[in-house]
Amino acid sequence: MTKKNPEYDFKWCPGCGDFGVRRAFEMAVVERAAKTKEPIEKTVVVAGIGCSGNMVHLLEGPQPFGIHGIHGRTLPIALGVKMARPDLNVLVVAGDGDFLSIGAEHIGPQAQRNLNVTCLVMDNGVYGLTKGQSSPTTRFGQITSSTPYGKVEAAMNPMELYLALGTSFVASGFSSQVKDLTRLIVAAMEHPGFAIVHIQSPCTTYNDTYEEIKGNVQKGIAPAAWPVSPDHDAADLQAAYRLVRSRGIPIGIIYQQPESEPLEARLARVLGKVKARSMEELLEASKI
Amino acid sequence: MQKKDFVVRFAGEGGQGMVTSAEALAQAAALAGYYAQTFTTFPSQIMGGPTWAQARISTTPILSAGDELDILVCFNKEAYHLHAEEVREGGVVIYNSQVFQLEESSSAVGIPVDELAKATGNPRAANMVILGALAHLVSWPQEHLTSFVRQRFARGRPDDAAIIKSNVQALDLGRQRAAEAGLTLGELAPPKKPPYQQIMVKGNDALALGALAAGLDFYIGYPISPATPILVFMQRNLVGPGKFVYQASSEIEAINTIVGAGFAGKKAMTATSGPGFSLMHEGIGLAWMAEVPCVIVDVQRGGPATGLPTKTEQSDLLSALHPAHGDVMLPVIAPGSIEECFYAAIWALNWAERYQGPVVLLSEHMLSERTENIRKPDLSVVTVESRLVYQGSNGYHRYEARELSPMPVPGGPGAYVANGSEHDAMGDTTHLSQRHIHMTERRFSKLKLLTDGTFELENPEESVVLMPWGGSKGPSREAYTLLIQDGYRLGWAFTMFLQPLPPKLLEELRKKELVIVPELNYVGQFSSYLRSLGVKAVSITQFTGLPFKVLDLVRRVAAVAQSHRERMVRV
Repeated sequence: MTKKNPEYDFKWCPGCGDFGVRRAFEMAVVERAAKTKEPIEKTVVVAGIGCSGNMVHLLEGPQPFGIHGIHGRTLPIALGVKMARPDLNVLVVAGDGDFLSIGAEHIGPQAQRNLNVTCLVMDNGVYGLTKGQSSPTTRFGQITSSTPYGKVEAAMNPMELYLALGTSFVASGFSSQVKDLTRLIVAAMEHPGFAIVHIQSPCTTYNDTYEEIKGNVQKGIAPAAWPVSPDHDAADLQAAYRLVRSRGIPIGIIYQQPESEPLEARLARVLGKVKARSMEELLEASKI
Repeated sequence: MQKKDFVVRFAGEGGQGMVTSAEALAQAAALAGYYAQTFTTFPSQIMGGPTWAQARISTTPILSAGDELDILVCFNKEAYHLHAEEVREGGVVIYNSQVFQLEESSSAVGIPVDELAKATGNPRAANMVILGALAHLVSWPQEHLTSFVRQRFARGRPDDAAIIKSNVQALDLGRQRAAEAGLTLGELAPPKKPPYQQIMVKGNDALALGALAAGLDFYIGYPISPATPILVFMQRNLVGPGKFVYQASSEIEAINTIVGAGFAGKKAMTATSGPGFSLMHEGIGLAWMAEVPCVIVDVQRGGPATGLPTKTEQSDLLSALHPAHGDVMLPVIAPGSIEECFYAAIWALNWAERYQGPVVLLSEHMLSERTENIRKPDLSVVTVESRLVYQGSNGYHRYEARELSPMPVPGGPGAYVANGSEHDAMGDTTHLSQRHIHMTERRFSKLKLLTDGTFELENPEESVVLMPWGGSKGPSREAYTLLIQDGYRLGWAFTMFLQPLPPKLLEELRKKELVIVPELNYVGQFSSYLRSLGVKAVSITQFTGLPFKVLDLVRRVAAVAQSHRERMVRV
């Protein structure tokens, strides 16, 4: 994969937020491998369709396994990989269109099961690969190629949605803050359960929100992003709701359910005493 | 003269015990050494609605549920009016005289079913009253039913003895009542017990058992009639180390989940019916494109859209042959009997592993819900195949070869991207024409590994051949036997391997003047497929939601063959 492959001609636009996410991803996976002493091959990247999903082909260094599937279905594929092999470290990389529009139906079931995977949702508030249509996180009233007179739908609040669906780990990151983002991704991978890191990853071509997120002192624009206070109790769901309902974009760990029991542990607990019947016993049960 | 077989239909309102009665009769008969088969049809609701269940009992192996009724058991007047026409001349109607009355006749017997059951002290023994009456009509020894009752109700509970006693008493009361009416159908010949062990299962059970025998690791499915029993079976039985079974939140989830599991090294399967199968198409395309082994079971029902959820139809064939958009050709296996359901599941999982791609297993309502006693599968002859696994070092190019190549397993060497976009040798997305040519040819070339399907071919010298597919095999076979007995010149062909068709069979079919295909759809899907392969095929279609009747087929096959011959003469 990557630079060494001359056939692969996909490129992110200069300044794309996904460059920063990729760097944070690479550092987080390397850090995890060092900590757990597991080879990179034990990581599987499940990629969505869109600019962000192409990350699976652009990773530098030792290569994880990957699946670049179909639009909106990263979570079902991740369910298959993780429950086939609970020992694998499974990461989903997808954009706001893939994850929150066509694929939104899959978030709830995984949250309720507490599927033990980590999702990196790169939110640029637009469909980039198809050249600039409105997405669930595009602002109300915004003009895009598919909303030439302004968007008439309210913008979704993804982090409030994750909390409402029962996601056991929710963090918020920004692609320009690579070190902080790395820390969030590592924490998400360490969390035993369904973890989403929602990342502001601006599209410089169709929805350049750098200035809005970072602010501009000269123009008198206050930054939308602000760090979550160290006093915030991430185990407090009500406090988490207050954070994601406040103005701007809080950056940091929003919520982490204490004593989170992932799906594989739930199944082991429920099935612990169930005895498998052999093929011969099963046939015997139907004998005449 | 002794009778060789008899057919009983139980008809009434859903919830009145029709299915229980038919299955109890079939089990009692199988226990005594007869061949038994049931067929059930009911509306799509939890309770109520016109329902019927049929049982056929025979001294020889059975291929269909039977055309004409020897006995019709009616639980209400509506059922009488709906089904009385199908009782054969000399047949008998048994009805619940507490619910309605028929005029006195020499062919009807009213039984106060609930009253007699109550008299035994066990109101739930009502269907035993009816079975007792049936036993009298065919002069069955009492032992056939009492041994069944003893076996069924010996459940290790303190009240077992009392329940067995009341049920046996119910049998006696029913028998007496039928004897008083003075009706009989003649004696059913004694059973000829087969020299091998048998099991009694439904098609869905046989299919699920076959999948387990083939080493299934991973199952996920969304509830849908008539495939749900496979999910229920798996939830109970696909347990143990390394196994996983789960109820999906949708069919879209189910298909993509098995792609993930297949990629991660597991033998994975999902089962659905038409509507769910449609939802899976994009995911099936992904499995084909990324070369991931998995099995998709479609238990067909009437379609399209919600269609006829609890009726039978063979109308998903064309969508199974080409289930996704784009250049795709999927292996399709369609069993023709309950026993074949078991082996078809093994073939499907083996083929998926062998060619590293998705395989469709096409079952149907009339197989899934039918109970039958079949030869107990011999596990010692079952061959289980597993995929070629890559064992080398890193730097492997998974898709480099022009044909099948070993598949890396996550956690091991040879990391790659399984890609649903067109890809290069490493799995990275590409748009180059030469790569698309290479990869398309690679994917299709793997189908050459799947030409070992078995087939039946009889009277190979005949130029006109009867060739059903799937569950229409049974009635077609009976029709074929009758036509041959009547002196018709006809050949017989059958295979459950619809794509790719066994090459030898296809070669033979191409030589025929006419291949007659009985099938349950309007379009004539299998014959149009055969014609596309250069076979002169014509369909006999039916789209009633019910299986073919044997005598209808006899008449229609004879007519098609006749008109063909006349045409040939004129030419």
